Amino acid sequence: MSLKHAARHRLASCLTLGLLALGYQCSAQAEVVYVSNEKDDTLSLIDLDSLEVIDTFAVGQRPRGITLSGDGSKLYICASDSDTVQVMDLATHKIIASLPSGEDPEQFVLHPNDQLLYVANEDDALVTVVDVNSHQVVAQIDVGVEPEGMAVSPDGKWVINTSETTNMLHWIDTATNQLIDNTLVDQRPRHVEFNRDGSLLWASSEIGGTVSVVDVSTRQIIRKLNFEIRGVHRDKIQPVGIKLSKDGRYGFVALGPANHIAVVDAKTYEVLDYLLVGRRVWHLEFNGDESRLLSANGVSGDVSVIDVDKLKVIKSIKVGRYPWGLAVKP
Amino acid sequence: MNSTIGTTPGTVPVSGSARPHSATDSSQDKPNDSSLIHTDSGTIITAGFCAGLSAYGHCFGGILMREYLRFVQQRSRFLSSLVRPLLWLVVFASGFRAALGVAIIPPYETYITYETYIAPGLCCMILLFNGMQSSLSMVYDREMGSMRVLLMSPLPRSWLLLCKLMAIGLISLTQVYAFLALAWLVVDFDPPLMGYITALPALFLTALLLGAIGLFLSTHIRQLENFAGVMNFVIFPMFFISSALYPLWKMREASEWLYWLCLANPFTHAVELVRHSLYGQLNLAALTITAGTTLMFALLAILGFNPERAAAGGKVTR
Repeated sequence: MSLKHAARHRLASCLTLGLLALGYQCSAQAEVVYVSNEKDDTLSLIDLDSLEVIDTFAVGQRPRGITLSGDGSKLYICASDSDTVQVMDLATHKIIASLPSGEDPEQFVLHPNDQLLYVANEDDALVTVVDVNSHQVVAQIDVGVEPEGMAVSPDGKWVINTSETTNMLHWIDTATNQLIDNTLVDQRPRHVEFNRDGSLLWASSEIGGTVSVVDVSTRQIIRKLNFEIRGVHRDKIQPVGIKLSKDGRYGFVALGPANHIAVVDAKTYEVLDYLLVGRRVWHLEFNGDESRLLSANGVSGDVSVIDVDKLKVIKSIKVGRYPWGLAVKP
Repeated sequence: MNSTIGTTPGTVPVSGSARPHSATDSSQDKPNDSSLIHTDSGTIITAGFCAGLSAYGHCFGGILMREYLRFVQQRSRFLSSLVRPLLWLVVFASGFRAALGVAIIPPYETYITYETYIAPGLCCMILLFNGMQSSLSMVYDREMGSMRVLLMSPLPRSWLLLCKLMAIGLISLTQVYAFLALAWLVVDFDPPLMGYITALPALFLTALLLGAIGLFLSTHIRQLENFAGVMNFVIFPMFFISSALYPLWKMREASEWLYWLCLANPFTHAVELVRHSLYGQLNLAALTITAGTTLMFALLAILGFNPERAAAGGKVTR
């Protein structure tokens, strides 16, 4: 009897251990989101399964733009007040290098070749090109005053920079790292985003309150999107972050202090809905399969999670002070 | 408003000469109840009343039918019970649309519009008005004599009153669900689908609570005219000094004593119970308080119910 009991006990223990191991494996495979907290000098780590903050890491001063390396093993962090781009090893969550980024790096974009980082230096009216392998500055390109938004075309041919004060999109040819053309948009362009095939570019204008859709081949604006939210004053509608779904169905536009994200039909350019999120929503990011959209809400200090199929905000997760950028690691 | 009272069938089985023969009496609709024997003196005796559960069920069915008929014949009352919360939702809440959304409170997991916030409170508002109107109808029934008819039933008075409470509660629920359907259509109030089911018991308990309070009040209202006092001193304070329109933390910002007053208001806990249940969550504290106060007011109402006063005009029948 006691033998049977012992055997049963052992079997139960094995099962428990097995389940625990399975659970650990599952949680290890879960998608996570890195969120830069501008005022806390930290990164928050959110588990996308449990939708909870599972860790927080100290980084350089005023972290803003963050992006993953091509293989997802490293995270590049614009530490604006430290005047550097930090490189975090995601296996250990330690800072392993600091790249020379020029002064006050705010946003950047990693070229599809996984080698060149194009960094906007807000105070210097420059875009600095940094080689992430050699840690050397490859080029510096003069752009308009207060450069901010950065985007690279899917084929890697173009890098676009927006300058907040000059109100322009600057077209940089990546083959020569030369400024080729400028497109005038509405006041204070903050962010640019290519569609999947690289034929269109969406650019948000914070003060203008519009999003311009630009034809990449002609570099001309083909459509301007306006937003109107019942009960919200027009001045508060300040578009910043943009995300376009890969299936070409939706464009999501973060409307800053309007505390809403506009859902735009990417084919007809009709605004389908406005989703209420936290205060001063700036930047957006999809998870891997684009079933979830995440928004960094600066003033309320949280990240809202949106179910893309249902177009519903399912949760807002408290992070550090003034969350700014987001990066999803599969 | 209550013009149809007494003209509807469905009162509990009574018979005999002592039954009031007023034009408004309709008790003859149930003459062939086998559980009753009619005596010469006109009193009702139960033959093995004992009739058991079926008699209780029959009684409940009768009262429910009466309330139902009253409800369907008073379409204006049904409409007004829907228009009132809809006005709050569409007009009042629109003005304050952006007023909330600065803090996340349970059961919500993200920011919500003001419409979403006040919808559960407005469901309870329907129940509140219906509960209080039931007290009005009790007073009316008393004055018109139909209460006497009801009390002639051989079943315990507490059961009769409980039946009345449940009947009013069930009728109110149809109004609440009609409102929820309109809220879903008119504004973007869309709790999870299961929430509509999980909210059912919470709404019913709230209906019982407010009905019990109404019943309790009706024992203290001498005349129909006093009902205005109920409006001013019961309905409005209960509704406004609660979490129906503003979250409690907002109340606390305004004043500490107002916050405590809200906490002492059973309506607050009923609203919170409904709010949580609409999102599939159980607020145990709210449930305990709501159930406890329901029991208390139901007991007080039953104990305080004076059958002599109920039998209009002081004509004591028992």
